[in-house]
Amino acid sequence: MTETCCGGGSNVMILSCSGGSNVGQLSNQAAVELTQEGFGKMFCLAGIGGQLSGFVQSAKDVPKLVVIDGCRIGCGRAILKQAHVLLSHYLVVTDEGIEKNDDVNLKRADIDRIKEAVRRKVNPNLAGAFGLPAGGCTCGGRPCC
Amino acid sequence: MDIKVLGPGCPKCKQTESIIMDALAEAGVAANVEKVTDVMKIAGYGVFGTPAVVIDGEVKIVGKIPKKEDVLSWIKK
Repeated sequence: MTETCCGGGSNVMILSCSGGSNVGQLSNQAAVELTQEGFGKMFCLAGIGGQLSGFVQSAKDVPKLVVIDGCRIGCGRAILKQAHVLLSHYLVVTDEGIEKNDDVNLKRADIDRIKEAVRRKVNPNLAGAFGLPAGGCTCGGRPCC
Repeated sequence: MDIKVLGPGCPKCKQTESIIMDALAEAGVAANVEKVTDVMKIAGYGVFGTPAVVIDGEVKIVGKIPKKEDVLSWIKK
């Protein structure tokens, strides 16, 4: 859970396909690190896929959402479509020049490339590219206000 | 009808509860309204932020204060 109550509603929801290939796991690792760096907050794509109302409604109501799919099959995008959630920002890892394979030993350079691409997608002015959190809330993971 | 307002007790959560009480009074609908402030219990609903409103087990809104018209449409269904 994040603190959209005091962040001016600017927190970014990050959804990754987290699939069983290098690009799926790159989407996951980028989402994890972007969360750790305060750019946004990783959220459970599986909960949306399971049509659990808390997850689906959260995705519908969040001001900014980015889906990171590993490849053009687009599982993350398909899940959001099925849940009738508007896809505001979307990135496919293979579109960033990384070829899909089954080697899940990720390369640091690839992770960084995807993180940067996500930042550019969400904030074209690159505010997040310099380590500034996109969300306004800095409550340290506790409920606020 | 069972209504839960999820939130740690911030002003937006209190405003949400107030709007729900107004809507219930206006519609003449009886409901059990409960404030859920425990972080772990809130997390159990799978919500990304607060305030959030749950009606009969279904999450209706997350991270926003609902409009009274929204609440009326939820409780009249």
